[in-house]
Amino acid sequence: MSALGVKRKVAVVGAGITLFRRRLKETGRELSFYAAKMALDTAGITLADVDAVVCGTAPDAFDGVHMKGEYLLDGMGGHKKPFVRVYVGGGTGVFTPIAAWWHVASGHFDIVLAVAEEKMSSCFPHPQKAFTTIFDPMLTRPLGANLVWIFALEMQRYMHVHGVKKEQIATIAVKNKRNAVDHPCAQLADPKITVQDVLNSEVMVWPVQRLDISPPSDGAAAIVLAAEHVAKRLTNDPVWIEGVGWCLDSTYWTNRDLYYPKYVEYAARMAYKMAGIKNPPKEIDVAEPYDPFDYKEAHHAEGLMLVRKGEYLKDVKDENDIFAKYGRDGDLPICPSGGLLGVGNPIAAAGMMKICEIFWQLRKEAGKRQVKNDPRTGVAQAWGDLMQVGTVVVMRA
Amino acid sequence: MERRVAVVGVGWSGFAPQTADLSYKELMFEAATRAYEDAGVDPRRDVDSFVTCAEDYWEGHSIFDEFVPDQLGAVMKPTCTVSGDGLYGLAMAVMQIQAGLFDVVAVEAHSKASDILTYEGLLRFAMDPIFTRPLGWHPYALAGLEMARYLYDTGALEEHCAMVVAKNKRNALANPLASYGAALTADDVLASKPLFEPLKELDVAPLVDGCVVMVLAAEEVARKLTDTPVWVLGMGWASETITPEARDWCRPIYAELAAGMAYDMAGITSPANEIDLFEIDDKFSYKELQHVEALGVCAYGEAARLLEEGVFERDGDLPVNPSGGCLGVGNLLEATGLHKALEVVLQLRGEAGRRQVPDAEVGLAQAWRGLPTASGAVVIFGVEKEVRA
Amino acid sequence: MSARIKEYRGTYVSRKDLEEGRVPAVRDKPEARYAWAAGVAMGRFLAELKEGRIIGRRCRRCGRVLVPPRMFCEWCFRPTDEWVYVRDTGTVLTYSISHLGPAAERIEEPIPIAVIQLDGASPGVGMLHKLGEVKFEEIRIGMRVKAVWKPPEEREGAITDILYFRPLKEGEGQEGGE
Repeated sequence: MSALGVKRKVAVVGAGITLFRRRLKETGRELSFYAAKMALDTAGITLADVDAVVCGTAPDAFDGVHMKGEYLLDGMGGHKKPFVRVYVGGGTGVFTPIAAWWHVASGHFDIVLAVAEEKMSSCFPHPQKAFTTIFDPMLTRPLGANLVWIFALEMQRYMHVHGVKKEQIATIAVKNKRNAVDHPCAQLADPKITVQDVLNSEVMVWPVQRLDISPPSDGAAAIVLAAEHVAKRLTNDPVWIEGVGWCLDSTYWTNRDLYYPKYVEYAARMAYKMAGIKNPPKEIDVAEPYDPFDYKEAHHAEGLMLVRKGEYLKDVKDENDIFAKYGRDGDLPICPSGGLLGVGNPIAAAGMMKICEIFWQLRKEAGKRQVKNDPRTGVAQAWGDLMQVGTVVVMRA
Repeated sequence: MERRVAVVGVGWSGFAPQTADLSYKELMFEAATRAYEDAGVDPRRDVDSFVTCAEDYWEGHSIFDEFVPDQLGAVMKPTCTVSGDGLYGLAMAVMQIQAGLFDVVAVEAHSKASDILTYEGLLRFAMDPIFTRPLGWHPYALAGLEMARYLYDTGALEEHCAMVVAKNKRNALANPLASYGAALTADDVLASKPLFEPLKELDVAPLVDGCVVMVLAAEEVARKLTDTPVWVLGMGWASETITPEARDWCRPIYAELAAGMAYDMAGITSPANEIDLFEIDDKFSYKELQHVEALGVCAYGEAARLLEEGVFERDGDLPVNPSGGCLGVGNLLEATGLHKALEVVLQLRGEAGRRQVPDAEVGLAQAWRGLPTASGAVVIFGVEKEVRA
Repeated sequence: MSARIKEYRGTYVSRKDLEEGRVPAVRDKPEARYAWAAGVAMGRFLAELKEGRIIGRRCRRCGRVLVPPRMFCEWCFRPTDEWVYVRDTGTVLTYSISHLGPAAERIEEPIPIAVIQLDGASPGVGMLHKLGEVKFEEIRIGMRVKAVWKPPEEREGAITDILYFRPLKEGEGQEGGE
C-alpha cells in the first residue's frame, strides 16, 4: 500500500437491484437499466450527473455475447461516457465497486455508476456447460470436469482438516434460505427448509448436494458512488467506503491446500488496514461473505478473520445454533440478506447484491432484514476463479 | 493530477504472426521479465498491483484472469482483469496509484491470435444477438459501410485510404517489432481483393501475436527507479453503443470524447502544436483518417489532404504511426493500445532506432477496440526537457 | 432504500415458456474454436504422458518440484531450472464422487475424482484425475494410488493417457515421496 494513504473519501449514495430468477424475460441491457435506474433514482440524480460508468459481469459465455461489456453498456448508462468493464470471475460483484471507488478516490471523477449484471439463462443446454471453459483445456477439461468438482474437493478438505460435519454445514443453507424470505428479490427463499431437507437432497458431487448450492440466475444490481463533497450534498446518509482489498492466488489450484482461502485473508487485511480495523470480530457489525455453496460462508468468514480457522461452525449442531450465532438478532449477523443461497446467484450481480445489502443495513433501510445491533461497520466479500480470488469492501455509516 | 505517474519499465515478446513454440503463459513471462528488468524491480517485492487486459473469447478461456498471476509474478497479490484494450489497463493503473492505494503497478496485454481458429466467428459473436447477428453478415460489413459513408461525407477518396496503408507498411520496414512491413504503393492496395466495397483486403490490418508489459510508478518512486521516467500527462476513454443503427457513421465520437478528456488532463489546447507524434488505431485504413480528425489534430474532413501533403509521414510535421501502426505491426487485439503506448515510450526515451522522431517530447497513443465496438482510449505521455539534453 | 422501494423489476419466464414459443427468442451458436499452443512446458508434459511418464520442473531456489511443469516458478519469479520425472504413484490429498457430467447432466456411473500428490513432486503439489477400481466407501484422504495407463498405441499425448488412479496393492510401490 502506498505510504501516502488514500486521496479522497468516497461514499455510496444510491443502490438498485432487480429480481433474481432462474430465467427473466428481459435482456441483459434491460436488467442493467432497471438496476442502474433504481440506483440513480435513490441517489436523487440522473444519468447526466454521472461522470463515468464501471461495469462488472462475469463470463461472456453465459449471456452469449463476446465483449459482453460493449453490448451491455446501453443499459448501464455507458453511451458517450467513460465506460470500462472489470472482471475477476465470481469476485467481480464486489470488485466493480472497488474499481468505481478508485475512479472517484483518484480525483478524476465525482460521481460514478457501478453496475453488475448476469444473464445465465441465455446459455443452453445449461449454464453449467459454460463453466467448463474456466478449466485448463489440457489438464482438466478432457477429464469431463464439472464446475462442482472443485467445490466438492475444497469442501472435502475443509471438512477433513477441521472435522466439520455435513449436518453442521447444512445449517448455513437453512439460515440463508430462511433469511431470504425477507428479501424482495429472492429466488430461492424457503421459510420451512430444514437441515434434513438439505441432507436428503440429491447428491451432485459428493459431499455437495443440491441444496448446498446456489442456483444459476438472471439479475442485475447497481450502486452510485460519490466524492465526499458531492455525497454530502446528495444525502444525509452517505455510506463511506472505508476499505478495499483484493488478492489473486496461483492458477495451479491442485498445488494448493484448499482448506483455507488465504487470498481472502490477504484481501481482507488490505481492506481492514485501510479502514483502520484491527480486531475484525469486534469492529465489524454485519458481514456478507460470499456463499455460492453453504460451506463457503464458513470458509470465507474464516478468511475474513471474523472467526478463527475452522471455528465458524464450532458448537453449531442444528438450525437453532446457527441462528443464535449468526442470525439477525445476534452480535455478528452473517448474510442477513439471505445470501446467494437464498436470493440467487447471477454471478457478478450477486456480489453487488451483497454490497447493496451492507449499504441498506448501515442506513437502517433493510426493513424486515434489518439487523438489530445498530450496525456502523459492515463488510462484503466475494470470491471467484479457480478457488483463487478474494475481493473485500468495508463500509461505514 | 497531483500525484504524477510515470512509465518506468517496458518489456515485450512475440510480435510474430505465429508463436506456436510458446504458450501464452511463456510469452507473458518473457515480456514481464523484460519489463521488470527494465524497471529494476522484483515483482514479488516491489510491484503492488497487476492489471491485465483480456477478453475471454480471444483467449478461449472463461475468467481469463485465473490464468495470469503466475507468469507475471502476481501470485497472492492484487490482480485484476480489465475487459478492454491495454490503454484502459494503463488508465486503471494510473487511477490506482493516484487514489493512493499503490506505488507501483504492472499492466499487461497480449494477443495470441494464432491460437484462434475462428476470428471472424468471434467478431460476429460480439455483435448484437437480437438485431444484428440474424442479418447474417460478415462483421467487416460494418467497416465497409462506415468507410463508404466517411468517404462520401468528407470527399476523401479510396486512394487516400490506400496511401495510409502504403505509408504505414513502409514505416513498418524500419520497425523490428513489425511483421507486415512492405514496400507497397497505394496502387497495390487499390488493386487488392475487394472485401466489402470500398474496403479491400489490404485495407485490413492482419492479426499478429505479441505481449507487452509496462511498469508504472508514482513520482517519488519513479525518480528513484529511473533517469528517464515517461510521464502520463493525460488519459481518457469513452464508449458508444455497438448498435449500428444508433451510431454516427462518419465520426468516431468515442475517440473525440476520449481525446477531450485526455487533453483536459494534460492541459493541451492545440494537439497539432503540442504533440510530437501520434500512434493511433488503424485496424482499418480509413480509421486512421477518422481518428486523426477525432483527435483534433486537424479539422474534420482535412486528414486526406494533409496525408497527401506528407504531413503525417515519419519525417513530416505530424508523424502518425511511425511504428507502422496496426497495418504494419499487425492487429494485436487488446494489446493494440499497449503497443502504441510502448512505441510512444520508446520514442520519448530516444530508443526508437531508425524510426526515431527527432526531439520527441510529447506523444499520444490511441486505440479503438475494433469491430463491432465504438469504444476507445487515449493516453498522452511526455518527458522532461532537461532529461533529453 | 430497500425498505422504501415497493417494486423490484424483472419478469419471470419458465423453460416451457421459451420452448413453447410464448416468449420471443433468438437462437445462436458461437463459432469459437481454438488450437492452443502447448508451449515448452506443457508440450513436454504431454509428450511424456504419451511415453507413459509424468514430468515436472524444479526451481532450485525454493527447491519445489512442480507438476504440472512450468518454465517459471511463480513464487520466486524466475525460470525453473531442470526437468524432473516424478513417479506415477501418489497420495490422495482430497477426493470426491461426481454424479454430474460437464453440462450438469446426471451420469449413470458416478466418477470418483481426486487431487493426488505424486511421489517425487513437492509436498502439496497435486494433480487432478479420476480414481478407479475402488469402492467409494473405501476412498480416504491419504490413500496411496497408482496410475493406470492406456496401452501405448492408444495414447495421444493428453491427460487422458492416464485412465485413472487405482489403490496401490499390498507390496506395491514405495511409501511416501522422495
